[in-house]
Amino acid sequence: MDYETLMQILGSTVRLGTPLLLACLAGLFSERAGIFDIGLEGKMLAAAMAAGSVAAMSGSAWVGLLAGIGASMIFAMLHGVASITFRGNQLISGVALNFLSSGITVLVAQALFGQGGRTPPLDGAARFNPITLPFADSVKDVPLIGPLYEQVISGHSILVYAAVAFVPLTWWILYRTRFGLRLRAVGENPAAVDTAGVSVKGLRFAAVAITGVLCGVAGAYMATALQAGFGREMTAGRGYIALAALIFAKWRPWQALGATMLFGFFQALALRPDVVERIAQVKIPVSALDALPYILTVLVLAGFVGKAIPPRAGGEPYVKER
Amino acid sequence: MNKLPQWADVVLVPLISLLLAALVAAIVLLAIGQSPSAALGIMVKGAFGSANGWGYTLYYTTSFIFTGLSVIVAFHAGLFNIGGEGQAQLGGLGVALVCLALPWPHWTVALLAATLGAALFGAAWAAVPAYLQAKRGSHIVITTIMFNYIASALIVYMLVDVLRPAGQMDPASARFPAGAKLPALSDMPLLREFFAKLNPDGTPKLTKAGVAMYSNVPANVTLFIALAACLVVWLLLWRTRLGYQIRAFGKSEAASKYAGINPVKITMIAMLISGGLAGMMAINNVMGSAERLLQNSAEGAGFIGIAVALMGRNHPFGVLLAALLFGFLYQGGAALGLNTTIPIEMRIVVQGLVILFTGALDQMVRMLLVWLFSFGRKAAA
Repeated sequence: MDYETLMQILGSTVRLGTPLLLACLAGLFSERAGIFDIGLEGKMLAAAMAAGSVAAMSGSAWVGLLAGIGASMIFAMLHGVASITFRGNQLISGVALNFLSSGITVLVAQALFGQGGRTPPLDGAARFNPITLPFADSVKDVPLIGPLYEQVISGHSILVYAAVAFVPLTWWILYRTRFGLRLRAVGENPAAVDTAGVSVKGLRFAAVAITGVLCGVAGAYMATALQAGFGREMTAGRGYIALAALIFAKWRPWQALGATMLFGFFQALALRPDVVERIAQVKIPVSALDALPYILTVLVLAGFVGKAIPPRAGGEPYVKER
Repeated sequence: MNKLPQWADVVLVPLISLLLAALVAAIVLLAIGQSPSAALGIMVKGAFGSANGWGYTLYYTTSFIFTGLSVIVAFHAGLFNIGGEGQAQLGGLGVALVCLALPWPHWTVALLAATLGAALFGAAWAAVPAYLQAKRGSHIVITTIMFNYIASALIVYMLVDVLRPAGQMDPASARFPAGAKLPALSDMPLLREFFAKLNPDGTPKLTKAGVAMYSNVPANVTLFIALAACLVVWLLLWRTRLGYQIRAFGKSEAASKYAGINPVKITMIAMLISGGLAGMMAINNVMGSAERLLQNSAEGAGFIGIAVALMGRNHPFGVLLAALLFGFLYQGGAALGLNTTIPIEMRIVVQGLVILFTGALDQMVRMLLVWLFSFGRKAAA
């Protein structure tokens, strides 16, 4: 593979890894607070539909982003009510909300635009367009570093840079603030947090709300930056890949960046079977590349690549002592 | 907390959950500017209004019985198997390999072999997550989700690179030989009279030779295997030592371990049965209807099993009723997609709502009922 192709693939790695990263960080907040969330997929999809529709109607990607966050938030709160207030099964709630989202997005998009469940194609200010970072054009002829800067680092939409900035921010919130300490504590031992006089329900709802916001950004990115508009089932399992990445990263923010970019790289490779074939010298089926993130996750879960230990109180509703 | 009478828990809770789901679905329809009552009318007519509609409704019901049973066997062992979709797809691969292996002399022989193949492949696909759960403590929900995706990638590979006949464009296996064709309900003596084509005046439609004509429906002999499976699963869970062990393990792992039940063994067996049942769904759709293996052959039936199991209150006979309900929902939903401007995705919305209300918000429904019952008690006192 020549350097130019590598840079192209790395560029699309960043683009494809971004929604995974956002969803993965979203899941991180929820699961660290003890609420399992397999509904990342549904929230992203709902956000993508809302962002695509509102951006198409208003002509502004930013208004679309807000709508996306709002839609994702509704689903997040439903999950919160089911799993925190009514102490329902968090996994079943997540599955239910994924189906609900999968159906309702098509219904609403069809009712709004009547284009077979799609939103009209977006352009101009209705999309988050690529930003060319300073000097990208002038340094692109510099060997090695030039193309790297121009193709991989520069030329993405603002949401990509925001997603990357969320990584240190998440780290800081989790490990350097009082809120983060309590959030982690509530996922490990909610009874202790309760004894200290802090509301378990309040903390968990806050965590679920952050999940809603981040999934909203992820979905809006899908519809208004990565692609130009919403299409049915457009998230195509990315919520589950993000979940896989979260386990791969063992519920830690920096590792989440690494894991999602790795899985983004696989997705980018799956789009270029010609390149894969040239390097491997044998015909590798595209489906093998598609399956790779899932296989890796199973290996991690099995403890062959280091043991993944989830937050101890994850998945269990907290019943306050009387 | 006040307890509900048992009949309320068994009958009222699912019924109220269903009503709530229907209510929200109606609100959704109103919100997109459609009439819920008209939609319901079209669904009922589409699913039960004609023999042809029944043929499809029962076809879907058959698939959902298998996947629903698959989910409850795992549920009773305290395991949440979301992998029914992947296991059903692998079951389809098993069916295809068996059917294409030989020029089968008679469908009964082919059915027996294909059932074994389907169950074996489905069980094998469940075996790895089961082993990882039992031995290494990997969460079965996550591993089965991952295995669904790995399954669909594997099927794509098999169809594109292995099973696709030379010169064919679409990714699908070759057609199964004629000997592997299962009789549809409309091919069976007596039963087929139900599917007879009628003239507008109600007399049977005849061919030129004077032979009665029948609608061709996808519901097939597999329906009877599904009904038998309900009975077998009930016997297994409530009338055998193994069933007792599975239920005890699901109720309390610690207590069952103390009673000498081997957790690894029970996890493995329950998941193998669960996977086998999900795989057996493939004799209905792959062998009975499509007669070749297609991409995404399970079409979401594996996931509907979750809704069916929750709605059926984890009981094989409840599963039977819930499967019929979802069969109606699926065929009725297809009729909606065909005859109205309501997208066919409406049925996924209802499916999600049913899972939400019966599986995650059941506490809410129970609290509501306890509250209502408290009025009755006060009045009686």
